[in-house]
Amino acid sequence: MTHIKTKIGRRSFIRTSALAGGGMIIGFNWLASCKMTPEEVDRLPKEWFDINGFLKIGDNGLVTIMSPNPEIGQNVKTAMPMIVAEELDVAWKDVVVEQAPLNLAVFERQLAGGSQSIRHGWEGLRMAGATARKMLRQAAAKAWGVPEEEITTADGVLYHKASNKSAGYGEMASAAAGVDLPDKVPTKIEAPEEVALKDIKDFKIIGTDQKNVDGPQIVTGKPLFGLDIHEEGMLTAMIIHPPAFGMKFKAMDAGSVKSMPGIKDVFPVEVYPEGVEKQWSDSSGVPQVVAIVGESTWQCMQAKKALKVEWEEDSTIEDSAYHDKALTELLDSRTEEAARKDGDVEKAFAKAAKVVESTYSAPFLAHNTMEPMNFYAHITSDKAKLKGPVQTPEFLEKTLVSVLDMPLENIDVMMTRMGGGFGRRLYGHFGVEAAVISKKMKAPIKLVYTREDDMTQGTYRPAYKIRYKAGLDENGQLIAWHVKGVGTNDDLVFENRFPAGAVDNYLAEKQSLESNVTTGAWRAPRSNFIAGAEQSFMDEVAEAAGKDPIEFRLQLFERAIKDPVGDAEKNDYDPERYAGVLKLVREKSGWTNGGSNEGRGVSAYYCHNSYVAQVLDLVMEDDVPKVGKVWCAVDCGIVINPLSARNQVEGGIVDGIGHATFSQMTFKDGIPEQDNFDTYRLIRNSEAPKEIETFFVDNGIDPTGLGEPALPPIVGALANAMYKATGQRYYQQPFVSKRPVIG
Amino acid sequence: MAKFSLKVNGKTQEVDVDPNTPMLWVLRDHLKLVGTKYGCGIAQCGSCTVHLGDTAVRSCQLTVSSVGEQPITTIEGLSENGDHPVQKAWLEVDVPQCGYCQAGQIMTASALLKRTASPSDAEIESAMNGNICRCGTYLRIKKAVRLAAESANA
Repeated sequence: MTHIKTKIGRRSFIRTSALAGGGMIIGFNWLASCKMTPEEVDRLPKEWFDINGFLKIGDNGLVTIMSPNPEIGQNVKTAMPMIVAEELDVAWKDVVVEQAPLNLAVFERQLAGGSQSIRHGWEGLRMAGATARKMLRQAAAKAWGVPEEEITTADGVLYHKASNKSAGYGEMASAAAGVDLPDKVPTKIEAPEEVALKDIKDFKIIGTDQKNVDGPQIVTGKPLFGLDIHEEGMLTAMIIHPPAFGMKFKAMDAGSVKSMPGIKDVFPVEVYPEGVEKQWSDSSGVPQVVAIVGESTWQCMQAKKALKVEWEEDSTIEDSAYHDKALTELLDSRTEEAARKDGDVEKAFAKAAKVVESTYSAPFLAHNTMEPMNFYAHITSDKAKLKGPVQTPEFLEKTLVSVLDMPLENIDVMMTRMGGGFGRRLYGHFGVEAAVISKKMKAPIKLVYTREDDMTQGTYRPAYKIRYKAGLDENGQLIAWHVKGVGTNDDLVFENRFPAGAVDNYLAEKQSLESNVTTGAWRAPRSNFIAGAEQSFMDEVAEAAGKDPIEFRLQLFERAIKDPVGDAEKNDYDPERYAGVLKLVREKSGWTNGGSNEGRGVSAYYCHNSYVAQVLDLVMEDDVPKVGKVWCAVDCGIVINPLSARNQVEGGIVDGIGHATFSQMTFKDGIPEQDNFDTYRLIRNSEAPKEIETFFVDNGIDPTGLGEPALPPIVGALANAMYKATGQRYYQQPFVSKRPVIG
Repeated sequence: MAKFSLKVNGKTQEVDVDPNTPMLWVLRDHLKLVGTKYGCGIAQCGSCTVHLGDTAVRSCQLTVSSVGEQPITTIEGLSENGDHPVQKAWLEVDVPQCGYCQAGQIMTASALLKRTASPSDAEIESAMNGNICRCGTYLRIKKAVRLAAESANA
């Protein structure tokens, strides 16, 4: 049993009043759904008692646990409460989950990004449950006049074995919460200074398969998403943003459009007036858009089509040929300062028996969340109420303080379930747009992006190029490694990641190309490209060395374990865990020397604190890969919910294969050439692997993220398998660009 | 604007809208049935799939004036208590990630099973290819369709 000071986030466990009552909580949970089943009604307690900010207990023992972080499909809404329930020691069937409101006085880091929700939340969530359990035990000890240490718990029941007493959590909840009930003697239970956490071996909920808590609502079409919001008196709003990057609003003539059926108003609106304080999350928002406000979505769409707006050049107009040329020039140029330098690569290349060099590239990508950007806003003279899908509600509130000139405490941003995130909803400019439109209209509005607005707005995965050069000695040992990476508005390279630390002579360089095509984090930023390039190159180098690709990688990890090169403190990976997943996937896939099967490839990568290795089998049909089976080994420490963790891994693999194979965003005269799914190709059902088998390393290490890490390496495994099948290396994404769209 | 009498989920409902309005927006904006999702507006993603009679159709391309007497079923009306074999299979397999596309997937799958009680894997893939899942839950979707077929035939 681990004793732990409750110092971190202690205020979370003391301040309970902020969450009292249901008013601040978004009403999409089953308790608040319009039509409750008789069973659900029967389960409702007569009274709830707030134990701490994370949980409340009903008088009948039903427990409500708040899920603090935004839910974008990574299933933290199930996993985070599972951690609380584990330490509370309550049966999972007696738990209902609610999306917590944004409240940084109680919760920490209410943000979905970087696969960090579980990793950052782990300790605080455990403490929230353990603190509540201790308070319940204290309440029982007082009630029964026995020492607290003698009280045990199991599945939501308190026991005192010696006196044969027992009570459900519901019976002690009022006392634990310090609530005066008319028929009870008031008790004062303080939040403890120190709590004991369970031993990992005693976990009963963590590590078990638990289904998505929103599953029943999803499969019955309940209003869960931002786009589903309907409020009394609400109008629909749409926007027109500049059609090309490098252009801005000039003029418009609303003319007859204002009198089209259902249209209330049409006007240009400044989203970020000069002088407002922007947050990082506003980086891809444009200063001014045209707003169309009406009674219904279809009417707004018709007005949007009819409206003629004039735009003017604001900065350089770029196209894809320019991006390609400029990135290549940057790649070929000399970099003044190395990001990392160990030994002397030039000397090593000069004496190398073999030198291998390859350049890889990838296009811009759109996020294409299935739910387009949208937000509800109701701005009055002294209050701002907003609700919608945003991964960074805290930063949206901060921007609104400046844009609306309103104190923070008058601004309330609530989170809905999100129809996909992948990084797109980190950039909440659409929330700001909704706010300024509502303010102008003096009415509640729901801003809705069309798919075309969504896909052409920007915030793309940057376009990248990377060049690797490796030197081998006469024994096939890797003696030099040079990497240079460039990207639009992103300098790409993680200089302290593998193989840094495993090669005597190592040089990493990186540079960024300024572009007005806005970019942002896209599922596993940078890694989504680097992994595929690096792991393809690693294969090419292993082949030049005449070694099995897994053995070649393992020898490098061995070097990094035994005798790391350079400042080992700087190396941003654990070579033993890295090697561990590679060995595990080798064993599970029955890998034989060289991956001898035709069409079999391997890859391993580390990002977002987790390690993933994959083996992939495919055949090529008409130059298109048909993936059969993927074996995937994952080390993300303790797995909270294996059922959902496997889902994340499967999704990451499908996503990675799909984008590397088919997807790209290109530009002509600054205008995105793809604006909907007829031109932007996404992976379809029949193109997904036929089977994915996932294996988790069981090591008891504190959990790390899983929303992103399974995606990057699969691109390398795919490219390496395609090489085995075709004899050709694949350097440019998308690997298959000429193919009719199906739909 | 024109008045239309629509049979949606077994109930007759009146709406007064532009005859060219797609059923997607009639359902979502006027009848407040928001389970049917907007994804692309051009019949490429399948998020807006509903049943027209027994056939899966893209409601973003189905104008209100073309519906006539034909009954429409949406995700809200697929079953009384969310216990259609396809819905149950979806929960059993724990298909959804973000969940946004899943109503459309379920409507396509349930129409497939009505037409073909025991579809082959190729038939499942072919029927489901018009429904994009950006989270990549395709393997679980296929598994759930197979499970629903088995349980309905059991």
